Amino acid sequence: MKIKGKAWKFGDDINTDAIIPARYLISTDPQFLAAHCMEDADPEFPEKVKAGDIIVAGKNFGCGSSREHAPVAIKGARVSCVIAHSFARIFYRNAFNMGLPILESPEAAAAIATGDEIEVDLDRGLIINHSRQQTYTAQQVPPFMQQLLQAGGLMNYVQRQVADANKRAER
Amino acid sequence: MSMTISEKILAAHAGRSELRPGELLEVTVDFALGNDITAPFAIEAFRQAGAKKVFDHERIALIPDHFTPNKDIASAMQVKAIREFAAEQNLTHYYEVGRMGIEHVLLPEQGLVLPGDVVIGADSHTCTYGALGAFATGVGSTDLAAAMMTGKIWFRVPHSIKFVFRGKLRTWVGGKDLILYTIGQIGVDGAHYGAMEFTGEVIDALPMSDRFSMSNMAIEAGAKVGIIAPDAITEQFVKERAKRSYQFYKSDADALYEHTYEWDVSGLEPMVALPHSPENVQPVTELPRIPIHQVVIGSCTNGRLEDLEQAAKILKGKKVAPGVRCVIIPATQQIYRQALKGGLLEIFIDAEAAVSTPTCGPCLGGHMGILAAGERAVATTNRNFVGRMGHPESEVYLSNPAVAAASAVAGYITHPDGI
Repeated sequence: MKIKGKAWKFGDDINTDAIIPARYLISTDPQFLAAHCMEDADPEFPEKVKAGDIIVAGKNFGCGSSREHAPVAIKGARVSCVIAHSFARIFYRNAFNMGLPILESPEAAAAIATGDEIEVDLDRGLIINHSRQQTYTAQQVPPFMQQLLQAGGLMNYVQRQVADANKRAER
Repeated sequence: MSMTISEKILAAHAGRSELRPGELLEVTVDFALGNDITAPFAIEAFRQAGAKKVFDHERIALIPDHFTPNKDIASAMQVKAIREFAAEQNLTHYYEVGRMGIEHVLLPEQGLVLPGDVVIGADSHTCTYGALGAFATGVGSTDLAAAMMTGKIWFRVPHSIKFVFRGKLRTWVGGKDLILYTIGQIGVDGAHYGAMEFTGEVIDALPMSDRFSMSNMAIEAGAKVGIIAPDAITEQFVKERAKRSYQFYKSDADALYEHTYEWDVSGLEPMVALPHSPENVQPVTELPRIPIHQVVIGSCTNGRLEDLEQAAKILKGKKVAPGVRCVIIPATQQIYRQALKGGLLEIFIDAEAAVSTPTCGPCLGGHMGILAAGERAVATTNRNFVGRMGHPESEVYLSNPAVAAASAVAGYITHPDGI
């Protein structure tokens, strides 16, 4: 699985209230949430972000509340991937469950700047910075987690498995 | 093999005699919960997966507490969806406005979460129940949906970090100050993924309400749980309330910890977390004169009866300063009634504070006290991130209830002795 996009750089401890402020948690609609994604960290972000862009941040990205609206808002904004020095525990789990690719790479988080053209190879755990001719390593995403991401999240993934099992049972 | 309390509870729920930090395992869930913000997603996922029945209709609580009483049409629609799901699934523990409370105060009060339990909740402050000696942690809505279907969840066994609090606390210093001090020392990711374990003679002497405040904010240090070994004080709290059997676990004397912090807190002053991070902590005595516009006393951190009693001690016979709004929110209906019978509500109203029905409301900038641009609040809540209580250009200072009440009277942030 490969991803290409332009980087948007944020700092340390970007919390879920910054990713999607609680005042917007009156809806579960990805488009509504996307319109306010990262608003309290950068009010213009929802306007500026383009499909496929990549969020790059420092340590403890996604700290704070357990709201799944955070990865949903990011996905809704058509961000293709989040790269950070580290992720807060609940966000890490929620991101995979919602089908949002995320990568931990202190090296990439330190080197990448806003505007850099980034390519991510999830199979090999590689992050290529075309603007700076640099390559960084990240934790590899194991095949079953990639399938989960490609399915669009845990529930789709489970649903497919159930459907496959049912088909096999019918044969 | 020697184990910590967290490891023992997980092992017991995985049918294992021993385990090590870092292992992945599937455990049975004793209790699961969601609220009006997180449950709608969980219900969508539940239906999407084709599930028909929850694993146990007595082991799941759905509690509309964040934007309730419904603040607008959208929040009313969210609660309606939960209400209908609860009825369809015949859930025993659905709590309607008028009978409800803030989830993390309500469930221990009702004896629904107990020592030795594994509890998961689609709310990050689910870690509050660690104060009872339970392994309790916040998860996302999809994980809640899976647990509602199967009664199980997978975990990575966290490493444990031990905190030993020595000495004797000063007047007006309690659990909130201890946890703010701790977060100030280790930072907002200082316990990343770990199990914080609070011990020492200070914890041994601490009432349950203060223990809940401490465990509640373990998430603010990035922890998975914030656990306290149950003792006679825990027993006193649960024995009258428990609706089912429970078990006390304790760490072995030679259990392994990734790190041990040991602090003498005898000289600790009431602590305040400055904007915009819970780790940005200073003793109240070292702050300059910071004028405020609002005070909020309540939340899953500090909305218990003991918290209101602290506030009442300060507010009795006094008035909230001109130009300051003071909003006081008892965390459950039972606490509201106790505050009424104990004369606390009259003290608050005489002081010209506003008393609200139970709600999370202002803590997360939902309703019942939203800040305008440039406004500053002292709150007994748990987070002071940018925009947490309203406008992105507003500010929240976190404190204990006595400091919050004293600041309401003074009109600026102050030690309770300062008024």
